[in-house]
Amino acid sequence: MSYTIEVNNQKRTVDVDGDMPLLWVLRDELDLKGTKFGCGMGLCGACTVHLGGAPARSCLTPVSSVGDAAITTIEGIGDTPVGRRVQQAWLAVDVPQCGYCQAGQIMSAVALLLTTQRPTDADIDRAMAGNICRCCTYNRIRAAIKKAAGPDAIKAGAL
Amino acid sequence: MLAKRTGVPAPPDAVLGLTSRRAFLRASSLVGGGLLLHATLPVPARAALVAASAPAATVLNAFVQITPDGTVTIMSKNPEIGQGIKTMLPMLIAEELDVDWGQVRIEQAGLDQAKYGRQFAGGSMATPLNWEPLRRVGAAGRQMLIAAAASEWGVPESECGTRPGMVRHAPTGRGLSYGALAAKAASLPAPDLAAVKLKDPKDFRIIGQSMRGVDNPLIVTGKPLFGIDVTLPGMLYAVFQKCPVFGGKVVSANTDTIKSLPGVHDAFVVKGGNNLQGLVDGVAIVAHRWWVANKARGKLEITWEEGPTAGQSSTGYATAAAEFGKGAPAQSLRRDGDAKAALAGAAHVVEAAYAYPFLPHIPLEPQNCTAHVKDGKVEIWAPTQNPEPGARLVAATLGVAEDDVTVHMTRCGGGFGRRLRSDFMAEAASIAKTAGAPVKLLWTRQDDVQHDFYRPAGFHFFKGGLDGNGKLIAFSDHFVTFARGNRIADSAAMEPNEFPAGLVANLDYGMSLMPLGVPTGPLRAPRSNALGFVFQSFIDELADAAGKDPVAFRLALLGEPRILADPSGNPLRAFDTGRMRDVLKLVAEKSDWAKRTLPKGTGMGVAFYFSHLGYFAEVVQATVAPSGGVKVDKVWIAADVGSQIINPINAENQVQGAALDGIGAALGQAITIDRGRVTQANFDTVLPLRINQAAPVEVHFLITSHPPTGLGEPALPPAIPALCNAIFAATGKRVRKLPIDPGDLKWA
Repeated sequence: MSYTIEVNNQKRTVDVDGDMPLLWVLRDELDLKGTKFGCGMGLCGACTVHLGGAPARSCLTPVSSVGDAAITTIEGIGDTPVGRRVQQAWLAVDVPQCGYCQAGQIMSAVALLLTTQRPTDADIDRAMAGNICRCCTYNRIRAAIKKAAGPDAIKAGAL
Repeated sequence: MLAKRTGVPAPPDAVLGLTSRRAFLRASSLVGGGLLLHATLPVPARAALVAASAPAATVLNAFVQITPDGTVTIMSKNPEIGQGIKTMLPMLIAEELDVDWGQVRIEQAGLDQAKYGRQFAGGSMATPLNWEPLRRVGAAGRQMLIAAAASEWGVPESECGTRPGMVRHAPTGRGLSYGALAAKAASLPAPDLAAVKLKDPKDFRIIGQSMRGVDNPLIVTGKPLFGIDVTLPGMLYAVFQKCPVFGGKVVSANTDTIKSLPGVHDAFVVKGGNNLQGLVDGVAIVAHRWWVANKARGKLEITWEEGPTAGQSSTGYATAAAEFGKGAPAQSLRRDGDAKAALAGAAHVVEAAYAYPFLPHIPLEPQNCTAHVKDGKVEIWAPTQNPEPGARLVAATLGVAEDDVTVHMTRCGGGFGRRLRSDFMAEAASIAKTAGAPVKLLWTRQDDVQHDFYRPAGFHFFKGGLDGNGKLIAFSDHFVTFARGNRIADSAAMEPNEFPAGLVANLDYGMSLMPLGVPTGPLRAPRSNALGFVFQSFIDELADAAGKDPVAFRLALLGEPRILADPSGNPLRAFDTGRMRDVLKLVAEKSDWAKRTLPKGTGMGVAFYFSHLGYFAEVVQATVAPSGGVKVDKVWIAADVGSQIINPINAENQVQGAALDGIGAALGQAITIDRGRVTQANFDTVLPLRINQAAPVEVHFLITSHPPTGLGEPALPPAIPALCNAIFAATGKRVRKLPIDPGDLKWA
């Protein structure tokens, strides 16, 4: 069946079964490989995208449920001011080790900063606890979120 | 972050003997004018000791290109699994070549051990194996560029020097860029690598600077980098269903039904062998999309012959181990003095039984591999830590020559030792051959959790004897571990110089083996990740029984600085008590050990461990809720990995990650076997650490005169016992079994 979805401000049409998760539509139909497969059960957050501005696990999101909601992926998040700031903070802090989870981490971090401009450690824990980093770069994820939030947030934090 | 220690300087490369004895460099011209350097360095025989899984190649090469515009391309020869090697190895070459880091382009090499030498990611060995050889490659290139300039100017080479990217003639102030000199340099004879002059470390401009991960700009923007991202024209996708019981065989499967499903290209039974590290029996489903193939799996019906491992279970192992623990060990590992007599005469005897579970690797990128088999040639794209054995396995599985297998190494979404094994490569190649098209095989998380090579479980029955002054005079361990066939299971062994061997007058290490059908393998800091827990926890029990401070007790045990040689003569296992003493003192100082007053329910624990040539002492502060819930508040680490931290920003990241990885395993991970199959399947039953559990980790490197060594692993082992000892300090309850069970820790 044919579905037209809006991905990174572009209308894209795919011909797939309605129960195909958005993750696989992005990766294998639209060749947007930045969104990652980690668990297939919404447990690791590697597949996080923004759906209608909110973070969503694309591995659990059937394409038929997307409708008109705008989708933003890691490939498009740098076109937003907060997204760009978060990416730059990730580079400055040198967050990644293997890097596999980091697209999902960045998507969750951007979603956090869009709703909470000066997140506390508790805010960060709440917003980011769904994203597993198997390399355990969590000290740096926390630091990068605070750096992206701005100097006031960094001073308030432990790092 | 860096602390200096002055000590007796070790002779250069004394520990590893890595000084190259004979070395060759070849130069050739690039098309369009430029320099291409191939270096061939014999690797000393001792290097063959470092990792059982490492290929036994005898040469090590590196590879530099300079084009006329001055761009320097450096090949990174080893697999990148998150350890930062793709940034670090080129730093070594660039430093001695004397170029600006900003001028350098880095490319991932494919598998070609004839050209590059050994290519693997394991054992934290990249630093010790490459620290000097790759700097020599860079230095040789610099010397050739100087020779080219001297010849151009008709001046002695001794009057020429370099600054980044340029040769300078000081007396006349002339200069020529590397780009302009490259073609001429390529026509000159290559210098003897062993004779090239290396920089004085005080002149380093790149080594010791924090260089950010070279792939990071691609990672944060979501560019395809990983094995799972590989796409080939006409590629199909596959899933592979294996028997849930290890070693089980396919009797029959409804492949005709599966083939008739929409989108399915093919479904077929794959017959494998009995080697669990190779291709085993299963059913492949190939479709035009991976999700379609995986969905079809829901309709798959397979009759299995489960085989003998179906009779094994974790509870069975524990029961058998407890029985073994009551008796004498089946074999002796080490015997110093008379432990039995000393225990009988001790003022105080402590006995304790410890146990730890099987553990999975769970790299976040599930196992995958893309293969194309055409005209007897095989091309592989794989996230692998160990490409050469992978190529060999693929060749053997398909019955082709190893030369007909090409392996492209992709970035790996984590490794942790899992990708030292190449089972997924054999599967992809076999399925692609049958499918007659390029195939990307991708495992689900369930496949990954249930078909791993697990960190072996183990059981230790300890006795320790103290004299009237609280001195440790007797120590014994009966280690109950596993055998596969008539050999100790992979990564299930213990070395005879395991601490505190050599430091206690009467010591007895013995071992008994139980049969195991479950495949095991190296997990980050293999053996050490388990032995660190049991030995450093039991030492803590002894300190407590002696009425001594845990740091003071350990310092007394370490005694005067000296080298404790490994009984087998392996130089990589020689233990320097002075280096450990110094990091233990440093971590005590940095953590304000013994100065802190903590509320009830909060405690600090200490532990140290020597592995992968690194000396690590760690302190954990943890708070245990009255209900038993454990929260790690802070971790302090002091480390001695030698004279140089090559890339400090990454070094800190590795150490923090390794310690937290250990803590995560201790808090939430176990693989249990029931009727020969794994009970867990995903991240709801095997729990990687999450950010809300991740404490700040403070890292201090003690700079010593020893050759630099690796950082991927050695920070992990002491983190677990430091946490368990902190829990004891907080609650008075000992953790003698992992994972930590909050139900055992209730207080108030």
